[in-house]
Amino acid sequence: MSAVMIARKVRKWEKLPGKNSFCCDGRVMMARQKGVFYLTVFLIVGTCSLFFAFECPYLATHLSPAIPVFAIVLFLFVMAMLLRTSFSDPGVLPRALPEEATFIEMEIEAANGNVPAGQRPPPRIRNVQINGQIVKLKYCHTCKIFRPPRASHCSICDNCVDRFDHHCPWVGNCVGKRNYRYFYLFTLSLSLLTIYIFTFAIVHVVMRSVDSGFVKTLQETPGTVLEVLVCFFTLWSVVGLTGFHSYLISLNQTTNEDIKGSWSGKNRLQNPYSHKNIVKNCCEVLCGPAYPSVLDRRGLTQDDLPVPASTAAQSNPVPQTTKTTAPLIPNEHTPDDAKSSIADSAISHAEKGSPSPKKEKPPTPAKVPPLASPETDVEASIIIAKEKAL
Amino acid sequence: MATEFHNLQELRQSPSLATKVFIQRDYSEGTVCRFQIKFPSELGSRIERTLFEDTVKTLNTYYAEAEKVGGQSYMEGCLACATAYFIFLCMETRYEKVLKKISGYIQEQNEKIYAPRGLLLTDPVERGMRVVSFLSNTLIYCHGRSSYQKLAI
Repeated sequence: MSAVMIARKVRKWEKLPGKNSFCCDGRVMMARQKGVFYLTVFLIVGTCSLFFAFECPYLATHLSPAIPVFAIVLFLFVMAMLLRTSFSDPGVLPRALPEEATFIEMEIEAANGNVPAGQRPPPRIRNVQINGQIVKLKYCHTCKIFRPPRASHCSICDNCVDRFDHHCPWVGNCVGKRNYRYFYLFTLSLSLLTIYIFTFAIVHVVMRSVDSGFVKTLQETPGTVLEVLVCFFTLWSVVGLTGFHSYLISLNQTTNEDIKGSWSGKNRLQNPYSHKNIVKNCCEVLCGPAYPSVLDRRGLTQDDLPVPASTAAQSNPVPQTTKTTAPLIPNEHTPDDAKSSIADSAISHAEKGSPSPKKEKPPTPAKVPPLASPETDVEASIIIAKEKAL
Repeated sequence: MATEFHNLQELRQSPSLATKVFIQRDYSEGTVCRFQIKFPSELGSRIERTLFEDTVKTLNTYYAEAEKVGGQSYMEGCLACATAYFIFLCMETRYEKVLKKISGYIQEQNEKIYAPRGLLLTDPVERGMRVVSFLSNTLIYCHGRSSYQKLAI
């Protein structure tokens, strides 16, 4: 029996579970629903464009050229923070591989003991003590892990996120450990930008009305009305949100914990993560280390695609009698001899791209020569492996 | 990042075969990255307790250094904020530098201590910093930085 497989190297992001969407070959990671994010970008860019078009020329000449310059700097900072929040990995925890999941299942069964048939098994909870306080770690059935403290599963993105704050549709991503500071700086700078544009739009209207009259001013700069309206409604929500997150940061709490009332003080539960000092809490959240992503999105991995024999071979057509989808990576069902032959042929033929007949007795694998580094792009190689008769 | 290909020997039926042993996180001091120093019974007599504890303690020290909120992290944070975090496109963060050190340390420990005993220590960063795992009785093909190394039983 023989099989033809195409072993393709793919980037790991293509095989990641969860409902994220990726761009730029895995460099950008967002939620699937991006409509509201586009609206956010449109509102910010649109309002600022109107400001630069209508107000800035007048203000630069009549007041100071520093006004538009500062507006540009603030606008660029807001956009940088928004894109950083939206495009980065919020702190997604990778799902447990099968061995780890099995290990955890065994631990759970050992802890629960024998459950009589018909009875619901007890909830999967692990108690840990953090800074003298008992915290319950819940088991995530999707990711097959006990969630670390402060982690939560986002149903929209279908991922467990570390230090999960909330899923923000305005930025089109979850807000978690890795991008919380960017999110906070985004809301803070956006508040400043909104207040700035609102103030200077009013100043501009007042100054111009003194010269030309109110109605004529509005006719000359119709964009001002739109800006003032957008800024007025944005102000309340964004400034309010910034204030709320400033409060959370000073207490070292997440939005998720606040909504659930985890540390509200009932049942004598206190926040074990707080340093009981506002400055220390702020420093930890805003000036802490920049955590790297544990999702290796751009790493390379094998993707075995079983291909029908008739379409696969380009050179050296080896007679294929039966089509079997023998796995390239051996599993527990592959016989021992075939595994060694698969391993040998995989290594020696991966880079050559040409098939060769399998030897009857595979030689003992010697020192393996170094293969290409993982930085090469997706490549295809045809590997032919024969399964020994069972 | 290391990519592992499990080979046939791992899957052979063997009564003494313990393929993977997981060392869990120690959350007693909060969400800082720390691993439990408690010696797992599954490792049995494969490795001396002191060697195991030294390895885990050193790893914990490295992670504590990476996550330290102090002068250097403030400087890095302020500088990065001033450049709207564009500096992270050119510069490696302190955490990433420490992770590289950890990776080198794990490789060295594997070569010197664990491989001769038929064990393999995997880098926690591959498991989302949730566990440190020990693989045993395996013939593993590991991809290090740029070359394949084979660790025999």
